[in-house]
Amino acid sequence: MSVDKETVAKIARLARVRVDESRGEALAKELSNILDWIEQLSELDTEGVEPMTSVVSMTLPLRDDAVTDGGYPDRVTANAPEATHGFYTVPKVVE
Amino acid sequence: MSLIKGKTGEWEMVIGLEVHAQVISKSKLFSGASTEFGAVPNSQVSLVDAAMPGMLPVLNKYVVEQAVRTGLGLKAQINLTSVFERKNYFYADLPQGYQISQYLQPIVGEGTIILDLEDGETREVGIERLHLEQDAGKSIHDQHPTQSYIDLNRSGVALMEIVSKPDMRSAEEAGAYLRKLRTILRYLGTCDGNMDEGSMRADVNLSMRRPGEPMGTRTETKNVNSIRFVQQAIEQEARRQVQVLEDGGKIVQETRLYDGMKGTSRSMRSKEEAHDYRYFPDPDLLPLELDAAWVEDIKTKLPELPDEKKARFVKDFGLSIYDAGVLVADRDTAAFFETVAEGRDPKLAANWVIGDYFGALNKSGADLQTAPVDAGKLGGLLDLITDGTISGRIAKEVFEEMWERGEEAAAIVEAKGLKQISDSSEIEGLVDEIIAGNPGQVEQFKGGNEKILGWFVGQVMKATQGKANPGLVNQVLRKKLG
Repeated sequence: MSVDKETVAKIARLARVRVDESRGEALAKELSNILDWIEQLSELDTEGVEPMTSVVSMTLPLRDDAVTDGGYPDRVTANAPEATHGFYTVPKVVE
Repeated sequence: MSLIKGKTGEWEMVIGLEVHAQVISKSKLFSGASTEFGAVPNSQVSLVDAAMPGMLPVLNKYVVEQAVRTGLGLKAQINLTSVFERKNYFYADLPQGYQISQYLQPIVGEGTIILDLEDGETREVGIERLHLEQDAGKSIHDQHPTQSYIDLNRSGVALMEIVSKPDMRSAEEAGAYLRKLRTILRYLGTCDGNMDEGSMRADVNLSMRRPGEPMGTRTETKNVNSIRFVQQAIEQEARRQVQVLEDGGKIVQETRLYDGMKGTSRSMRSKEEAHDYRYFPDPDLLPLELDAAWVEDIKTKLPELPDEKKARFVKDFGLSIYDAGVLVADRDTAAFFETVAEGRDPKLAANWVIGDYFGALNKSGADLQTAPVDAGKLGGLLDLITDGTISGRIAKEVFEEMWERGEEAAAIVEAKGLKQISDSSEIEGLVDEIIAGNPGQVEQFKGGNEKILGWFVGQVMKATQGKANPGLVNQVLRKKLG
């Protein structure tokens, strides 16, 4: 599977990763190599094999519906670059 | 089905609705923070909801039960295996950078809703799926000129996204769908259905076609927050699409934002690129496996749902389909009616509840909890009508007094001397006087003018301040005049 320069730019934009245009070509090649390597898996015949969702046999843990957390707005915003009146504040996002 | 007339002929709407319904639960979908509405900003946020590094989601079992209960209420297939996936996009009020949702394997599959239309007709609309997902936080844009404020209290609250099939053909049907869905959710106790608090929101998918032709390109109008606005948004978008199509244009598949205040919508072009959500199974969560016996247990404990209740009211109480529909639209109203009807004539009870009682509620702005007349008192009034103590006409007067003073019907009838006169000798005496005093009218009756009988009844009622038993008055009049 090969990835081109445009796809690299698109993925970078979707992931909000800044990629200098001059690196597009090289990154496309690297990503293509990685995908080719992974694609070797498809050479295996997996007919009738259930997809594996966990390496150990366990089920999804569930919790009871009880309020056991929260109540610490100061801790929540402690690491925020900016906060006012208990809110996070960010540059205005208006649709 | 209603068609829209354009310049070049008729067009048909094809409508599908996606409803986001906030699940009633104490804590969030994947964290133990409270879901209470209206708290201090960021006070109901766990470090999971704020997406701090290393925090892991743990699924709320009760929310799963609520989703299953809703699925069963929608007569839908329950999928014993479902998978949580990550829907990736960036927005200021989405701290994880993805929403945990369900995509390829939702918890609930296909089901049905029966719409109750204005004319008493019903119509089936298919449910495509129901899945569980996290709500985002809330952005507030109007507090600061250059900044947006973010409150994560809502972040991580459980939502059910309920997707209909594109089975609706008019704004009325879309309204009926939302009303019925809301009624079912309220009966089940899985969502409070308050659209103005945002606990139920709708996205409208709409396309236009010539009747009988394949579906056209659709647009999606997002986050419409009242049933009235949904209907307006549909009418408005349908007209816009017809205009584009008739002018030889093409509908662009896009997301639009409806402004209920202005009654207009506009394209959200910036969202288009973000539509590449790159879903993949969330590695933090194993597939959700349900035990069939557990699902069966939830099913046996379902409350009686509106359609079944309506059918029972028609069958057991002999109510009209329309009256039964009005009474079951709200679970509390239905319960109120059943208390009033218990051991009484159900049709009389239905007439009073729907007519005078609802009228008084509307006029006073009270609800069933705060109304001065409860089910027991209304029942007491009906008993006085049934046993002939008062006439139906006097009963209306008594009811008004009851509403004003909150007293029992019997006490008011006693105090005001409103007891019906059912003593035939007293009525006969009055009738004799009236006949003697009005020879002209007697002549008219004898000449074949049946209508004049009503005038005589009126005279008797006037003489007794409405207290004469009307059946008896008619009987006596016919005997004496005949």
